[in-house]
Amino acid sequence: MFWLNTRRIIKSGFVSFWRNGFVSLSSVLIMTLTLFVLGSLMFASALLNSSLDEIRSKVDVNVYFAPSADEEEILALRNKVEALPEVAQVEYVSRDQALENFKAQHENDEITLQALEELGENPLGAILNIRAKETSQYEGIAKFLDSESGENGQFIDKVNYYQNKAAIDSLTRMIDGSRKIGLAITIVLIAISILITLNTIRLAIYIAREEISVMRLVGASNRYIRGPFVISGVMYGVVSALATLVVFYPVTYWVSSITETFFSGFSLFDYYTANFAQVSALIIGVGILLGAISSYLAVRRYLKV
Amino acid sequence: MIYFDKVTKIYSDDTVALEDVTLKIEPKEFVSIVGHSGAGKTTLIKMILAEDKPTKGSVLFESVNVHKLKDKHVPEYRRRFGTVFQDFRLIPGKTVFENIAFAMEAAGRSDDEIASDVPHVLDLVDLGRKIWSFPRELSGGERQRVAIARAIVNQPDVIIADEPTGNLDPVNTYEIVQILKKINDLGTTVVLTTHNKGVVENIGKRVITMEKGRLVRDDKEGRYAI
Repeated sequence: MFWLNTRRIIKSGFVSFWRNGFVSLSSVLIMTLTLFVLGSLMFASALLNSSLDEIRSKVDVNVYFAPSADEEEILALRNKVEALPEVAQVEYVSRDQALENFKAQHENDEITLQALEELGENPLGAILNIRAKETSQYEGIAKFLDSESGENGQFIDKVNYYQNKAAIDSLTRMIDGSRKIGLAITIVLIAISILITLNTIRLAIYIAREEISVMRLVGASNRYIRGPFVISGVMYGVVSALATLVVFYPVTYWVSSITETFFSGFSLFDYYTANFAQVSALIIGVGILLGAISSYLAVRRYLKV
Repeated sequence: MIYFDKVTKIYSDDTVALEDVTLKIEPKEFVSIVGHSGAGKTTLIKMILAEDKPTKGSVLFESVNVHKLKDKHVPEYRRRFGTVFQDFRLIPGKTVFENIAFAMEAAGRSDDEIASDVPHVLDLVDLGRKIWSFPRELSGGERQRVAIARAIVNQPDVIIADEPTGNLDPVNTYEIVQILKKINDLGTTVVLTTHNKGVVENIGKRVITMEKGRLVRDDKEGRYAI
């Protein structure tokens, strides 16, 4: 009995999806838009995160040591810094390395190179380039370094955090802000598109209200009446999700081609193809849920005895 | 079989649709309920089908109080009736076959039964050749015959026909009445509402006359008295 009914409900859902072609088409179109918005927001957040990561990775704090500083002490400090939980990466540039870098940088600057030559010995100190996990953590790291340099007075020449403090602070605020704004926009857009989908499906079922009253009259149970509408709703979801996934193909390709240089190598198209399984699971899942729940709620209105 | 005990129905806008109606319908009876529009005929029908609740009094069907049924038992209860309406109430998106099959599916009948009973019942109302048509492709008389086929397919205890001939021409009206009489002869109770004088005279059975929500006449050998 249960299987007989289930089979009939599913079949009837398919048939009415097909026969009410125009209603189905409009529901599918609206739902495709909803899912497209959802997917776009997902891509936008991936894009935002990747560019924020990119910016963040360019920020670091440099510790310049006095040329006289002992290399072993520097390495000991490096180990201490590395042990800090906030620190993502520490790069040690030795005195010789620093000189090499300097020379390479001023390769075309004869005067500077000559001056360096005159000096005879290496005037540069070693450097630690420290990268934190979050930009807001630089202050803590700088304070730690301050306390370290207190012990070894002549040891650290300078920590460039204080010169860059304003820039780092405003960057931290920007990242925080864009996260919050992004989240707010996402929530608002998703809410709007879900409401529109709900209403469209409600309208589609409003058209069928006479049909529902006839079904009640011939003694069909609520479950039996509701079932086919929910199945149709699920089909709206699946068809819209597939349409959305297909549309994203050329769209992400096109967006990548114009933004790739701007977003420093992050390709939306590559992101889409690499994460296709997750993206499609999410889009199809949301489509099915949205279709089923809106149909369920919309039919309920007409089922009250 | 059906018993109205001092039933009063007042709608929320203070319209009195039924006033103190007491009435008994026996099994295998053919009862015609006549009266002007607004006399309360349709409200009476809604009470029997548990579509609406009385304000006062109670409606009993075989000693079951209809309006004390739990919501989940209402569909089951309605399957004991076959209904025919003035506006046919077929499902537009389903073919003739599917419209009738739906009533059988709702009653949990098997696919084999559906495949054999639907053509049979359509032959009874002389519509066998239209089995795959949609309602919009049928004439009024044909649609009403589909509705009757749907009403009788589950062999209900009672056929409720609410102005079934209201939208039909005299020839179709005559045919529908003949079909209803045949159903009654085979042992099914029929409750018919109408304001068509010819229909009532033609049937020649019990006639209940209603006026402004009250039951004003109840004649065994009926005539149209208003």
